[in-house]
Amino acid sequence: MSGTKKETGFAFTIDGVEVTAYAGQTIMEAADEAGVYIPRLCDHQGLRHQGSCRVCTVKAGGRSVAACTQPAAPGQSVENETPHLNKMRRDLVEMLFHEGNHLCPICEASGNCELQAMAYRLDMTETTRFPYLEPCRALDASHPDIALDTNRCISCGRCIRASQDVDGKGVFGYVGRGIHRRVAVNGEDLADTDAEVTDHAISSEVCPVGCIIRKRVGFVTPIGEREFDKGLIGHEIEEKRK
Amino acid sequence: MSELPKARIATASLAGCFGCHMAILDIDERLIELMKLVDVDRSPLTDKKRFTERCDIGIIEGGCCNEENVHVLQDFRRNCDVLIALGQCAIMGGLPAMRNAIMHSDAPLRECLDEAYITGRYIRNTTHNVPNDPALPLLLDEVYPCSQVVEIDYQIPGCAPSGDIIFDTLTKLLTGKFRGFEPEMIKFD
Repeated sequence: MSGTKKETGFAFTIDGVEVTAYAGQTIMEAADEAGVYIPRLCDHQGLRHQGSCRVCTVKAGGRSVAACTQPAAPGQSVENETPHLNKMRRDLVEMLFHEGNHLCPICEASGNCELQAMAYRLDMTETTRFPYLEPCRALDASHPDIALDTNRCISCGRCIRASQDVDGKGVFGYVGRGIHRRVAVNGEDLADTDAEVTDHAISSEVCPVGCIIRKRVGFVTPIGEREFDKGLIGHEIEEKRK
Repeated sequence: MSELPKARIATASLAGCFGCHMAILDIDERLIELMKLVDVDRSPLTDKKRFTERCDIGIIEGGCCNEENVHVLQDFRRNCDVLIALGQCAIMGGLPAMRNAIMHSDAPLRECLDEAYITGRYIRNTTHNVPNDPALPLLLDEVYPCSQVVEIDYQIPGCAPSGDIIFDTLTKLLTGKFRGFEPEMIKFD
């Protein structure tokens, strides 16, 4: 990563703002460094890019691409904060809410949840046009230190990549196809795996929602004083730009 | 300001905890300012049980968990020009909607009632029956958000919404200045 930075960069624009990128960088990596926030859910710093949630969809050269996987190209003109793209992102986020059981008022992650924070940022306040699927999903509290409430899982796969690439374990994996594709544990239940509470995959920053829960630390920070009560998601990236 | 005719508002609590009505009181001293703009018709705040005339704004707390909720909601839709869903229960079912899916059962309502009245470990119910008095409103199979029953014009998010967002939205609606929420004010908890 640091090796590539020594090369001379090239310029492209995001919403008319000139951004410098280096060979091999994705649109999102270059945008982050330049202080331009592109909304994302399945992408997380330090993890392999996956490009599955499509919340980071931008228009590059008139085509819709996932900013987290699309390499930046010299002279490219990228659209990010447009009403059309934000509406599409809002619909995607809303469908994620409807696909699982996301009851913010009872969720321990409320206020720290990236799905919820994305809904705030994208102004998900209008009457819904989508049905609630209300699936019956399992709660796995078998592990002494960790619980999984899969009602809240958005199948972003961040825990899968963190477990495989950072922890070198493979506690989580995808099963099923299409709308039935889910994140599952690699065993009978979580207690049957080698998951530990100290794993990166279990850390609060990896699961964007309240699915992976560390036991006995709930509500340490009260509602109202949490991460996204202090600022909109992405504000720390936007603050880099003056 | 004084030449503006006062708007009429009505409120109701359906399948909610009354927290959103308490949140209306969180407007605090600005209630005096608000009351200069509105008269309150049917509402638990006035204890009026029926509409006395057509209202400009109806405010609904809670979703629909029984047939009475549906009747009240339909009555509000018929009698109000603008209908506002106040809080997460009215918007998406909220806590009562936990019974829709989280019981892990083919008959979630049956399982919910059984655990609440018969099989629960901490129940002292000498009749061993689920309450079935004819005066009790019939429960719906699921808890429905208001927007799945009638058309809803605006939603004020929160559990409960802050006094600020309620005051802001109402005063802006009443003066024709509502253009959506500030992102920082939107909260689902």
